[in-house]
Amino acid sequence: MRRQIARTGLATAVATRPSLRPATCLSALIAAIASLALLCAAPAATAASLQDAQNLLRQGQHAKALEEVNELVSASPKDRQARFLKGVILAEMNKLDDAAAVFIKLTEEAPELPEPYNNLAVIYAQQKQYDKARTALEMSIRTHPTYATAHENLGDLYTQMARQAYDRALQIDSSNSNAQNKLKMLREIMTVGGRNTNTVATRPTVVASAASSSVAPAPTPPAAIVPAPAKPVAMPPAPTPVPAPVAKPAPAPEKPAEKPVEKPVEKPVEKPAAKDAARADVQKAVEAWAAAWSRKDVKSYLAAYAKDFDVPGGGSRKGWEQEREARISKPGNIKVGLSDIRVQIEGDQATVRFRQHYSSATLNTASSKTLELAQRGNRWLIQQERVGR
Amino acid sequence: MSFSVSRFLRCVLLIGILASTSAAGPGSIMAGVSDAGADATIALVLRDINDNKLDAALTRTENLLRLYPNFRLAHLIRGDLLMARTAPLRTFGSAADAPAGRIADLRDEAVARLKGYTNRPQQAVVPRYLLQMPEDQKYAVVVDTQRSRLYLYRNDKGRPSFVADYYITQGKEGADKTREGDKRTPIGVYHVTSHLSREKLGDFYGVGAFPISYPNEWDRINGRDGHGIWLHGVPSNTYSRPPKASDGCVVLTNEDLTTISGFLQVGVTPVIISSSIEWSSIDDWQAERNALDAQIDSWRRDWESRDVEKYLQHYSSNFRSSDYAYAGWVAQKRKVAGSKTWIKVQVQHLSMLRNPGKQDMVVVTFDQDYRSNNLSNVAHKRQYWIKESGQWKIIYEGTA
Repeated sequence: MRRQIARTGLATAVATRPSLRPATCLSALIAAIASLALLCAAPAATAASLQDAQNLLRQGQHAKALEEVNELVSASPKDRQARFLKGVILAEMNKLDDAAAVFIKLTEEAPELPEPYNNLAVIYAQQKQYDKARTALEMSIRTHPTYATAHENLGDLYTQMARQAYDRALQIDSSNSNAQNKLKMLREIMTVGGRNTNTVATRPTVVASAASSSVAPAPTPPAAIVPAPAKPVAMPPAPTPVPAPVAKPAPAPEKPAEKPVEKPVEKPVEKPAAKDAARADVQKAVEAWAAAWSRKDVKSYLAAYAKDFDVPGGGSRKGWEQEREARISKPGNIKVGLSDIRVQIEGDQATVRFRQHYSSATLNTASSKTLELAQRGNRWLIQQERVGR
Repeated sequence: MSFSVSRFLRCVLLIGILASTSAAGPGSIMAGVSDAGADATIALVLRDINDNKLDAALTRTENLLRLYPNFRLAHLIRGDLLMARTAPLRTFGSAADAPAGRIADLRDEAVARLKGYTNRPQQAVVPRYLLQMPEDQKYAVVVDTQRSRLYLYRNDKGRPSFVADYYITQGKEGADKTREGDKRTPIGVYHVTSHLSREKLGDFYGVGAFPISYPNEWDRINGRDGHGIWLHGVPSNTYSRPPKASDGCVVLTNEDLTTISGFLQVGVTPVIISSSIEWSSIDDWQAERNALDAQIDSWRRDWESRDVEKYLQHYSSNFRSSDYAYAGWVAQKRKVAGSKTWIKVQVQHLSMLRNPGKQDMVVVTFDQDYRSNNLSNVAHKRQYWIKESGQWKIIYEGTA
C-alpha cells in the first residue's frame, strides 16, 4: 500500500543557478515553504520551525538558521527534510565537510533519493574532488535517470574536470581567470520514496475520495491522490524506489484538472477539420518557441509564454524571465530541436509532448518534455513547461 | 547525452596519418618485444577514440594517469575526452585560452609517441651504424632525433639485436649542434663518459645523467664546440617533456632513464645520434662490415710488412692526427721505417660505428698491441675512416 502525496503542495524548489548565492533562491524557498507542511512527518509546530529556518537562510542569517534547524533535528532526528536543509545551511556557511557528512548520511539512509547525492557532488566539486563528485552525480542519475539538475551538474562537472586536466597538461592555473560555473545545489528534497513528486506522468487529477489512497502499481501513474491539505506523509513512504521521469519545474497547483495521462480520452464531439487546424497551429507555436530559443531571441522566446505561465518553483515571473534571459544569452550557440511531437487538444487547452534535443556550449541533452498551452485570441501560449512526459 | 567528436576524430586521424605515412623507416611493429609503456597506452587510447569508444578511452587514460600522474599529454587527452561529454571539440587540446605553444608541444609529443610506437624496428633490419661491436660492449644506444626516439640494441655475438625504444626530447632548435649554446643536439658517434647520480644533480635532471663524448675528435677538427651534452631524466613534477625542449641534451622520462641506466657502461657504451636512422638489411650490413673489416686488416698487415708507402696508401691526403697534419705524419712514418727489422700489430676489441650522415665515415676504435724490434706499446686507438673514390681511407688517427 502506497500513499501518494498531494502534489499540489509540493511545488517545488529548484533553486536558480548558481544556487549558492542566497539571493537567487528566493523563489525556490518560497515554494519550499509551501511544501513543508506536507513533506514533514513531524508535527505542525515543527514545520513552522523548518519554515523559520528557511526564512533565516534566505535572509542570510546562517547561524540562526542553523540553530533553528538543529533544534528541529534534535526534536525529530528522522526528519530528512530538516537534515537536508541543515546540510544546505552548512554548505552555505562553507562548512563543507560537515555538510558532506549530513548528505552522506542521507544517501546511506535513503539511497533512492537523488537530491542528497546531487548536493554531495556539489560539495565535492567545490573541494575539487572531481572523481567523487562524478560518482555522486552518477548515483543521483542512477536513482533518477532523467534528473535534470544532476545532468546539468554533470555537464558542468565534466567541464571543470576538463579544465583541471588542461591545467595539468599545460601547467597553467585557470582557476582565477575563468569564472567557473558552480554546480547547482538543491535546497530541498523533492523526490519521495524514489518517486519524483513533479513527475509529469502523475499529474494530479481531481480524484476520488481523499480517504482512498490506494494506488495502482508503477509504472502506471497513480489515480488516487490525497488532495491538499492532506495529512503529511512520512518520508520516505515507499521502500522500493520507482524511477520516474523527473522535472525541475513543478506543475501548477491550481491547474484545472485534466484527464489522467494513461487513459485515452473519450473525444468530445467536435469537428475533426477544425481540430486538425488547431493542432497545426499548436505545433507551429511550439516550433516557433524552439526556433526563438535556438536563435537566442529572448524576446520572442519569452513571448511564447502566457501571462499566467506557471513559473517553475513558484517564483516571480520577473525572476524567472531574468534567469531565462541570463541562461539563453550565455556565450555559444544553442540548438533546440524537437522530435516525436504529439499534440492533444481539449477546447482551448493543448498538451504537447515531444523529445527535446538541446545542445549548447556546455551541455548536450535529449529529454522528454511536455508543454501545456492555452489559446489566447489567435495565439497558443505556454502555460506550463515540464521535463518528462 | 550525445557526444560530438567529429573534429576531434579528424584531428586524431590526422595524427594517425602522419604516423603511418612516415613509415619510411623500419616498418611495422615487431612482435615479441617489450611494449613501449606509455606509448602503447596512448596508441590504444587514440584507437579507442577513433572507434568512438570514448568511455573506454577515458578509463584507459585515467589508468595511465594513475601510473604517471605527471603525464601532461595524458591530462590533455583526458581534458578532451571530458569536454567531449559536454560539447563538440574544436581541436586536439580544447582548453580555452591555453597558451598555443604548449598545446602545440603536446600535440607534437602525441605525434612523436605515436609515430615511434607504430614504426618500431623489425628484426630483419638493423641500424646501419652498428657495424661492429666488441664483446665487452654489451649494448648500444641509437637516437633518431626526427622521430624523438632512442633505440637500445644488445650486442648479440656481434650482431645488434633490438631491445627497446623510448620517447626522447632533443634540443629546442633541433639537431646538428655546431656552437656552444645553440640549443641543438649533436649528430655523431659518441659514448657514455660518466654517470652523475641524482644526488649530485638538481631536480631538473631527474634520476640521473650520463654525459656523452661531444665534441668528439671529428667535431673538434670541424670546429664544433660546446659541451655538457648528456642523456638525463626529467624533474620530479614532470613525466615527459615536449619533443624539442632541451638545451641540446637527450632527455628521457625518469622511468626510462632508470631502465636504460642498467645497460649503459661508462666509457664503453656507444651513443650514436642521427637525425634519421638509416636501416640496413642484415645482408647489406654484413657486406659493409666485411668490406671495412678487410680494409682495416689490410692496413694492419701493410704496417707489419714495413712497406711504408703501401701503409701510407691507407691514409687520406686530408689526414691529420692529434699531433701531425698529413705531411708531418708521412715524414715521421718514413723516418722511423728504416730502423725497423720487424713489426707485429694486433688489433683487439675492434669497434666499427658508422657516422650518421651523407658522408661515408666510420669511427673505428680498438686496442692496438704494437711490437717491433726497437719499440713496443699498447694503446687504445681511434681512427676515422672515410670513403674516397670508392676506397676506405683513414682521415684521423689518435689515441682514444
